[in-house]
Amino acid sequence: MNQYSDLLRAGEQRARSGLRFQIATLIVFPIAAVLFQVYVPLAFPYVGYLELPLLATVYFALKQREPIQSLLYGAGTGLLEDALSHHPLGMFGIVKTLVGYFAASVGVRFDVDNPLVRFTLTFFFYFFHQFLHWVLARALLGELRGFSVQQSLFLGLMNSIVAVPLFHVLDRLVSRGYKASLLR
Amino acid sequence: MELLTNRYRNLSVLALAVVGQLLLLGYQVRSRQDVRLVRVWAVTALTETSSALAAAGGAVGSLYRNYVWLVGVRQENERLSKELADLKLEAQRLRADLGTADRAQALTLFQSRSASRTIAARIIGAGTVTDSRVVFLDVGANQGVADGMGVITPDGLVGRVRAAYPTTAQVVLLTDPSFAAGVISQKHHVQGALKGNGSALCRVDYVHNEEKLDQGEWFFTSGDDRLFPRGLPVGVAEVVQKGKALKDILVSPSGLRNGLEEVLVVLEPVHQPVPDAKEPPPELRLLPLPPDEMTVKEPPAGSRPAGAGTDADGLLERYRRIGEAQGHVYGQGAPGSRPPDFNIAPANSPATPAKPPATPPANGPDVTPLQ
Repeated sequence: MNQYSDLLRAGEQRARSGLRFQIATLIVFPIAAVLFQVYVPLAFPYVGYLELPLLATVYFALKQREPIQSLLYGAGTGLLEDALSHHPLGMFGIVKTLVGYFAASVGVRFDVDNPLVRFTLTFFFYFFHQFLHWVLARALLGELRGFSVQQSLFLGLMNSIVAVPLFHVLDRLVSRGYKASLLR
Repeated sequence: MELLTNRYRNLSVLALAVVGQLLLLGYQVRSRQDVRLVRVWAVTALTETSSALAAAGGAVGSLYRNYVWLVGVRQENERLSKELADLKLEAQRLRADLGTADRAQALTLFQSRSASRTIAARIIGAGTVTDSRVVFLDVGANQGVADGMGVITPDGLVGRVRAAYPTTAQVVLLTDPSFAAGVISQKHHVQGALKGNGSALCRVDYVHNEEKLDQGEWFFTSGDDRLFPRGLPVGVAEVVQKGKALKDILVSPSGLRNGLEEVLVVLEPVHQPVPDAKEPPPELRLLPLPPDEMTVKEPPAGSRPAGAGTDADGLLERYRRIGEAQGHVYGQGAPGSRPPDFNIAPANSPATPAKPPATPPANGPDVTPLQ
């Protein structure tokens, strides 16, 4: 055993700790977001407009900047949301897969830590998410429901307003967890 | 292939993910079948998670509310204590009202079945002298109450009206030392004079040692005093002892047994026979009266000839004839005026009823119902 092998072992240990933290956040956050989406509006109906699973998908896609991980994250979150909805499985899954992929692709090109960029991207992806879901429901399920542009724009604005501080809180949580894993 | 896995890896994975979900979607839409297993897993997992979260949140919230956030608890406790005290008072009042309603119902039933004409009254006050047994009623001369009228309850004799005022009447209870009434025992027909003793028990005087009387025997009013109609239950002989020449007899008044709140003032007394003291065979269990006989039904007018009907109707007719024969109008006599002589048989009187009254008092004397 020499100093070089010790350094290698310590590096592997840190990598495993970081991976554990990443897996925990990958599993816990989407579940918490879907739970919030399902149960909290029962007690507080006015928070029903919040699309937290979408915000979680956008955040991790922007943060990871890895299209494959992000699209899988979006697919998993969307399928979980589908499982608790009255729609066939795959509607939210497809939409959030695309959102995850495009958000990760955009994250490579922009400074995604800027609040204004986050606000704009969240607003755009919310509208994209709603529109794509409407298109899929109309095309694949034959649902003849209308699409309200004004309502989608307004709700996109609301979600964007919430997303900026939420992303900041998540930044703090992730960085703290990552630092803690490095200190172990 | 290498191009797909390296250069277009991201797009390939995206296409795979989207196509896979599209196929899943298409399968569900085409076959109209749900992927139930996935939903069951998801719902179960999320439900369990949410239940655990809700339980944890509830525990934390309960801890916070019960041990941390105690603002206003003292004031709330005082308010609740006051409300509790008010509710206890209310419950007590309602219980008393319920008891009053039961007694009033029993009184009304007895009043409707009694041959004598009575008026219900409520006791509104007691006498001021400590050892006197006097009460005031809420009815008086305006309602037809006069001095000397008997006061009864369904359980038995209560007392006598000493003074009738326009709106109230003073009643001497039978336990008052100044009270006296003629009584007769149920089984051996021993006659005596009931007198108040100033205590809970009354004594019966003028019963010779030679006369036979059992302990526990019932006494009824004899009607000889012309104050009370014959046949009203008075009480049970609690103590029967031989004295020097006369027996020492103490009677427990049945009319005062359950307390006094509502009474009946006998406006027009009607004598009734003292019920026979026939004891039912011990092996027989008497059923209560059928429901139809528990209520008094007024026959339609003209459906029954005068003098016919129940025993009470016969008695009523008899006393009406007595009154007519002696020129007495019931209810019209001045206080203290001479009552008609009920012992004179009226001319052309119908068959005299000899049956006991249909309503024995509660825990009353032994009677044979449905004779």
